[in-house]
Amino acid sequence: MNTDTLSQNDYAIETHALNIYYGNFLAVKNVNLRIPPKKITAIIGPSGCGKSTVLRAFNRMNDLIPSARQEGKVLFHGKNIYDPDVDPVQVRRMIGMVFQKPNPFPKSIYENVAWGARINGFSGNTDELVEQTLRQAALWDEVKDNLHKSALALSGGQQQRLCIARALAVKPEIILMDEPCSALDPIATLKIEDLMRELSSRYTIIIVTHNMQQAARASDLTAFFTMDEDRAGVMVEFGLTSQIFTRPKNKQTEDYITGRFG
Amino acid sequence: MRSIFSLADKNEKTNLVKRYRVGKVWHAVFFLSTAIGLVALVTLLLSIVNQSFGLMAVEYKVDPATLANRPLEELSDTELIDILKSNVSKIRLRTLEKEKPLEQRLHDELLELVNAQVVGQRIVNTWNLYDSIFRRSEIEAEAAKDYPNARLEFRAWLNWQFLKNTMSSQAQFAGIRTALLGSLNLILYTILFALPIGIGAAIYLEEYARKDLWFNRVIQTNIDNLAGVPSIVYGILGLAIFVRALQPLTSGALFGTPAENGRTILSAGLTMALLVLPIIIINAQEAIRAVPDTLRQASYGLGATKWQTIWSHVLPYALPGILTGTILAISRAIGETAPLILVGASTYITTDPSGPFSHFTALPIQIYNWTTRAQGEFRSIAAAAIIVLMTTLLMINASAILLRNRYSKKI
Repeated sequence: MNTDTLSQNDYAIETHALNIYYGNFLAVKNVNLRIPPKKITAIIGPSGCGKSTVLRAFNRMNDLIPSARQEGKVLFHGKNIYDPDVDPVQVRRMIGMVFQKPNPFPKSIYENVAWGARINGFSGNTDELVEQTLRQAALWDEVKDNLHKSALALSGGQQQRLCIARALAVKPEIILMDEPCSALDPIATLKIEDLMRELSSRYTIIIVTHNMQQAARASDLTAFFTMDEDRAGVMVEFGLTSQIFTRPKNKQTEDYITGRFG
Repeated sequence: MRSIFSLADKNEKTNLVKRYRVGKVWHAVFFLSTAIGLVALVTLLLSIVNQSFGLMAVEYKVDPATLANRPLEELSDTELIDILKSNVSKIRLRTLEKEKPLEQRLHDELLELVNAQVVGQRIVNTWNLYDSIFRRSEIEAEAAKDYPNARLEFRAWLNWQFLKNTMSSQAQFAGIRTALLGSLNLILYTILFALPIGIGAAIYLEEYARKDLWFNRVIQTNIDNLAGVPSIVYGILGLAIFVRALQPLTSGALFGTPAENGRTILSAGLTMALLVLPIIIINAQEAIRAVPDTLRQASYGLGATKWQTIWSHVLPYALPGILTGTILAISRAIGETAPLILVGASTYITTDPSGPFSHFTALPIQIYNWTTRAQGEFRSIAAAAIIVLMTTLLMINASAILLRNRYSKKI
């Protein structure tokens, strides 16, 4: 697939000249990223290059950091999510997030899934929603007899899939994943990757990862970030994963993926 | 074959011995600290128990054994009335009948009458528990010489009557019921005011206040310092504000149930609430700060508002810590005496507190009052009251801890 053939409104989310500052420090510089819908896009790069910062800019999670501010635009359905008339709560409902460390609520498995839907005004059959969402997250068979047990009793991999289910329950369009497998063992990691593949038929997934094999295995597109001389994060190259990993256009990308740097 | 661990090098060996020795010295120091604390605590407890049990020398106008062949407490109402009729002068009897006909009086009231009018018990000396057990013969000799008309009796000052009776000018009839109810009421009002305000302030300071503003930093510093302000200062504040300035409110005049002045349980509860507020705020802040940020992020990530995040995740997670702060606050409030003296706790009051606008007394006030009396038997009931105070504290704290553990388990 050639990403350039998509017309303006076909992108799931796009950034225009996005700069992000922490206080006076420019953390991410001039990012122009167009992410196509219903694909898995991986963001890779060395530590401190601003991958997570960019990811968190997609659902205004940086708002929670008092010193963070941004310039430029992040367009979602053609609307800049940083416009003053946009409520970050609505943005986060439509653009969900899964975090680095599994962080289920210290409640029952059932409550973990149902809570998000309920606070967003879900009024249908909650039992149905929980079952359907847990099935979607490939967790139903493992937990169906223990729905009212604490989510903290699950294994790390199960917890992370529960966090994905929790995000799915509010029916988002995009799911952001911030190194979702970094705390998991290889088998749990593979399960998450399979799940991502399954979910990508219905959701746009953007994943930040340190693990280049994971990006190569599991993503359709890859964006490579690095730091410039001022330690600001910049996007070096963005393209199909197959192309980035086999015929990178940029020397820096090639150095990174071949392990000579980073 | 030599083991790899055998210390060939002499230096290395002495070095290791030295390292172990330093460790052992510190180990001993830490153990000693614990032991000193423990000894102090046990001594305290023993001295209190020592005071609240023991022999006493009692003189009677009429020996109760000659009145009936059973202890007076076991007699029926009619038997007690008979004793009164046959032992009290006609004139005195008529006055008593006029006050309240004997037949209408309760068993306890009759018993009190018999004790006061007929038996006329008078304690002439008391001894503590240790002496009563190990110096019994000396005490007997001493009592026989000094108080020829007195009898030696063993008395547990901490007994059911002590819990049930109200104040009395005679130690053997005095009880702490009013003080105990006063203290419990006081704690209730204190927590009622301090807990919501304290948690509210902690939530504001941790979740809403911008920490980089000088204004909020000033508030924070002040709260931290307020926790160390002497309680008498809070007493003066309570006297000026709650007792005097807000008298229409605290005396109940605004609500149509006026006490004569603002020296009510409500005033005392509000003063105590001020006193424990910093403790509750600081502990609640600690608890809220300990809530992992990942939990907040997970909540925001689902499209929750700030309030939904606080209510559903931050507060439940912080609740055990908040309860810990509440326990500390209760412990502080139940033992405070100085502010109560200032806001006007009564030392002699025989009616149970009946609501926020009643006058009151509290356990520490009662203890303080009794320890200042000259007669030895008041020291004994003071010790008994201390045991009651500590047991009450222990029970309130135990229930709070149970609540907390039950809650932590649910998480």
